[in-house]
Amino acid sequence: MEDDIKLMKGNEAVAHAAIRYGVDGYFGYPITPQSEILETLTVEKPWKTTGMVVLQAESEVAAINMVYGGAGTGKRVMTSSSSPGVSLKQEGISYIAGAELPCLIVNVMRGGPGLGTIQPSQADYFQTVKGGGHGDYKLITLAPYSVQEMADFVGLGFELAFKYSNPAIILADGIIGQMMEKVVLPPFLPRKTEAEIIAETPWAAQGKPAGRKPNVITSLELDASKMEENNIRFQAKYKKISENEVRYEEFHCEDAEYLLVAFGSSARICQKVVENARNEGIKLGLLRPITLWPFPTEVINNYASKVKGILSVELNAGQMVEDIRLAVNGKVKVEHFGRLGGIVFTPDEILEAFKQKIR
Amino acid sequence: MELCDIIKPENLVYKKPELMNDAPMHYCPGCSHGVIHKLIAEVIVEMGMKEKTIGISPVGCAVFAYNYLDIDWIEAAHGRAPAVATASKRLNPEKMVFTYQGDGDLAAIGTAETIHAANRGENIVIVFVNNAIYGMTGGQMSPTTLEHMSTSTTPYGRDINLNGHPLKISNLLAQLEGTCLVTRQSVHTPAAVRKAKKMLRKAFENSMMGKGTSVVEFVSTCSSGWKMTPAQSNKWMEEHMFPAYPLGDLKNVD
Repeated sequence: MEDDIKLMKGNEAVAHAAIRYGVDGYFGYPITPQSEILETLTVEKPWKTTGMVVLQAESEVAAINMVYGGAGTGKRVMTSSSSPGVSLKQEGISYIAGAELPCLIVNVMRGGPGLGTIQPSQADYFQTVKGGGHGDYKLITLAPYSVQEMADFVGLGFELAFKYSNPAIILADGIIGQMMEKVVLPPFLPRKTEAEIIAETPWAAQGKPAGRKPNVITSLELDASKMEENNIRFQAKYKKISENEVRYEEFHCEDAEYLLVAFGSSARICQKVVENARNEGIKLGLLRPITLWPFPTEVINNYASKVKGILSVELNAGQMVEDIRLAVNGKVKVEHFGRLGGIVFTPDEILEAFKQKIR
Repeated sequence: MELCDIIKPENLVYKKPELMNDAPMHYCPGCSHGVIHKLIAEVIVEMGMKEKTIGISPVGCAVFAYNYLDIDWIEAAHGRAPAVATASKRLNPEKMVFTYQGDGDLAAIGTAETIHAANRGENIVIVFVNNAIYGMTGGQMSPTTLEHMSTSTTPYGRDINLNGHPLKISNLLAQLEGTCLVTRQSVHTPAAVRKAKKMLRKAFENSMMGKGTSVVEFVSTCSSGWKMTPAQSNKWMEEHMFPAYPLGDLKNVD
């Protein structure tokens, strides 16, 4: 077991975790700050060991459509990219959601809009949890705040994706992707056999044996009344996910008079803010949403009657803050503090912003 | 002699291919798609691959191809079929995977996916139906629309100074080292149909032998888009399409 404790980057942890989880295929295109995922996979050559397919696609558009083609045959497939590349993938993500295929997407966010910068950002929150592509769909969104969670969420992401036949996404940022930490890699699991895949995904396009109806993977339904039925089915699934899969972590919240809400690397920095505040005698707590969709709406709503104010700390111009305000429904003051375009805040400036905006 | 005396298995000279469903076709009268579907259905059965074939359907008139052939299908986004097929085949190498694409899907919006799948030598078959027009959306100019040909977006004829030249994408694909077969066929006469089926069979065999990408272009008619009768369309195709897109093998590696 000790051999499995390694020091590595978050991006490298994703690659190792994918091999160990028994992923069937990875399809990606280079973009900073996440290229180590594809690079690590090509160094590890899992096609020689587990049989995992690793392919550098001609574009992010092609990569996400390869994911569609692999997922359509019932395989465990994934892609990764960073913000501008994930924008290119939105068409494919919408089709995957519309065809109800399981897969894993990783976004190691960088500053935008446009080509922006290669420094860390959390400005793709809206794109990820509010849609991104066209149509009414949802992505199961996991926000890791450590290299350990980068590794763990590969398995968790696939587990949830297959449980609900829905795409899942790891929404990380340049800090989590690039920083090195100690990580306990998950144990090796064998890839699913053909028989297991057919049993697990009876809907997959695997070649039609005699006696069964053809399996057709599609998001197309020209009959509007049937398309509405499909959408109603999607919404019922999303409701079930919202009821069962909310994940979050509380840090010094028991006696908190004020609350910080932050995800990913911002939450990591906010842990220090909470400690510093408490040294000054301020009873500050931190709520860290781990799933950004489904969002911990009820948990935050419960805090609305317990705390005097909430500060949403994000590396963007104020995105998650809207979901927090919806959750508390005007019952308590909610403000936002962020840095933009790739600049990362310090614990001191967050505490200062808290004092000015909330306390 | 009564009719029932004639309708007997021993008198059968032709039947609907086993893999063709009874679904009524949405294709227009005279359209080449129906014959091409039939050839694919026959080749799959004759190769004994009906339980191992995965079709990738496009966006365009053939978007509903999955209604007509009794196999498993994945319906791709516009132009993305070769990327979809790449993963389906690589993850399931024992399966036979083909894409079915029109000229807009393959040679405009999907040019990158087409060229790179072929350049990697993916072991797939690309069935390319070239009727020089966007049929499904109502007859707009496609990348293969001929010079001076009128469409709903080139009402005064394709002007090469404005719209560029007809794209001979199969010639381009034949240059790539990943392709083993690039051939241009048609299905406008019984003789052409027989020849096309032979090449289609070879393409599917290549894919299972791991020889690389095979592209079978079908120079086709679009009576509705061209605003002609089916008979006029066939004549117009021979007179105008064949000189621009001559039939025959562009590449055939044994």
